[in-house]
Amino acid sequence: MDFFARIGRSIIDNCSTMGRASILFWGAMVAKPQPTKSIPLVIKQMYVVGVQSLLIILVSGLFIGMVMGLQGYTVLVNYGAEESLGPMVALSLLRELGPVVTALLFAGRAGSALTAEIGLMKATEQLSSLEMMAVDPLRRVISPRLWAGIFSMPLLALIFSAVGILGGHLVGVDWLGVDAGSYWSIMQAAVDFNDDVMNGVIKSIVFAVVVTWIAVFNGYDAMPTSEGISKATTQTVVHASLAVLGLDFVLTALMFGTE
Amino acid sequence: MKNLVEINNITFRRGDRVIYDNISMNIQAGKTTAIMGPSGIGKTTMLRLIGGQLKPDSGDILFEGNSIPSMNRQDLFDCRKHMSMLFQSGALFTDMNVFDNVAFPLREHTKLSEQLIKIIVLLKLQAVGLRGASELFPSELSGGMARRAALARAIALDPKLVMYDEPFAGQDPISMGVLVKLIKELNDALNLTSVVVTHDVTEVLTIADYIYIIADKRVIGHGTSEEIRNSDSALVQQFLNGKADGPVPFHYPAPSLEESLF
Amino acid sequence: MGMRKIEIGVGLFVSLAFAAALMLALKVADQSMSGGGATYKLYAKFDNIGGLKVRSAVKVGGVTIGRVGSIHLDAEDFTPVVELIISQEYSGFPDTSTVSILTSGLLGEQYVGFQPGFSFDGIESLADGDYIEDTKSALVLEDLIGQFLFSRGDD
Repeated sequence: MDFFARIGRSIIDNCSTMGRASILFWGAMVAKPQPTKSIPLVIKQMYVVGVQSLLIILVSGLFIGMVMGLQGYTVLVNYGAEESLGPMVALSLLRELGPVVTALLFAGRAGSALTAEIGLMKATEQLSSLEMMAVDPLRRVISPRLWAGIFSMPLLALIFSAVGILGGHLVGVDWLGVDAGSYWSIMQAAVDFNDDVMNGVIKSIVFAVVVTWIAVFNGYDAMPTSEGISKATTQTVVHASLAVLGLDFVLTALMFGTE
Repeated sequence: MKNLVEINNITFRRGDRVIYDNISMNIQAGKTTAIMGPSGIGKTTMLRLIGGQLKPDSGDILFEGNSIPSMNRQDLFDCRKHMSMLFQSGALFTDMNVFDNVAFPLREHTKLSEQLIKIIVLLKLQAVGLRGASELFPSELSGGMARRAALARAIALDPKLVMYDEPFAGQDPISMGVLVKLIKELNDALNLTSVVVTHDVTEVLTIADYIYIIADKRVIGHGTSEEIRNSDSALVQQFLNGKADGPVPFHYPAPSLEESLF
Repeated sequence: MGMRKIEIGVGLFVSLAFAAALMLALKVADQSMSGGGATYKLYAKFDNIGGLKVRSAVKVGGVTIGRVGSIHLDAEDFTPVVELIISQEYSGFPDTSTVSILTSGLLGEQYVGFQPGFSFDGIESLADGDYIEDTKSALVLEDLIGQFLFSRGDD
């Protein structure tokens, strides 16, 4: 009997967590916006989550592009098809690695910071004190962070892909001697703007919503103790990463599966 | 004397645990009311109930005659513009300096020009003696200063009611004295109504006009400080004099020691 | 001021992202051909287009002059018709020009090889909407093997 009770309890807990998360999302996204006050707040948060994640995105993008250049070359050269390095690097970055790796890095870099920050604001009663000042913390604290995440991540993913393609060029063309003209022209022939670039951007927007939502919710829902905050931060990274990888499969199946 | 806040027969539970059992209190306008009691009996909970952050299971709380628990969110927010709360930790926004912290409620709720806001903020900071610290960030303030800065923020909108949550906890005697003086002076000068939740008996007896002592889910004694001092209730005397054992037992309820050990 | 630094940072961040998007659009996906720039259309009928796809390149001696715009089947004689979108800067090809479907490398992409014909008096230039008469289909490996076996059988 205990076993079934445990299952039941965990289902009820999960449902109520989902419910609270939905209320938070609704309250933060749909709540009456005040553009004159919100826009500076969103810009400030974009600085925190976007600009400060830029370095890690640039460095990782470059290295992933370089590794793909190297790995792709060693395989393709066996078939005399090293000219196809361009589309290989570009397509994997645009369709998969750009959105996914950016989302994972974002969850680790910005998501955990968001959770910890909001959790600490809760623990130090800053959120309560906002409420007592008749300011809705969802609108003042959560909403700008959500929007900033949703704007920033697709931009980061675009930068990641672009830098990665340049990294592939660096290794493939400048180092291993693939012809620069064919690197670009075969890539251009293979990459379609709507199918590849835009689908990557759409993926990235979906990941942005999910990762930022998980991050701010875990902070907002954290137990206001140091243990609770550390648990919430871990949860953000784990849940966000799993959600990104799971959703990536679903989105890929929807976008590219039926061809 | 008019009551600003009336608490009528409220019962409040947290899970299965009863925090308040059919408790009633009145807070008179323009006076300083102290709510005292041992730790862990939910004194802070009372402030949250008055502020509408929690809803009682039964009973009613009236603020200026309007029922707080039955208000919708918008009315509650309008109502909260007339009350403010000084949290135990100060709860200053850590990403803003002291000036912006005090200016925050003004910027959120008024359409005053920046020059006017600056004048108001500096006056409020002057009142708590922190005008020179306006450029500092909360992390650079001592505990006592942070609480004074939070007090300046709490009175920025000239509220009718200010609630103090353990304002003296963990303060050295000097900053404690400063806070006692501030609470008294602000209450008189701005014609505020103050509610002080605390367990620091000596300090609060000097400033409170009326005192409620809560223990064991109910009010065990109330009156002016004179009446409280002369109370013949054993519970009240135990609390005032800080005796370790008495009607409030030293031991958390448990089976007898012999039973547990053997 | 702190806010100014933040605004500059965010401004740079968004511009960088915009530059990345522009690079992906122009340099990687090559939108310039179908987006900007004047183009004209030519049509060519093939017996078999093999693995030719929309957006495959049209090349003259390795220089890309346009892209495949669409591929459909002619309603009357059921042969594939390929629409070639050629950049306006490459115009005035004589109508004796030939097109063939070629493969870049052993495993590479298929593209349309455009062979400009000789131009002499009395030969008109190809204009928008014209059909190119002389076409060579894609090489299909199975057909080649079939032909090879068939010719062996003759001996």
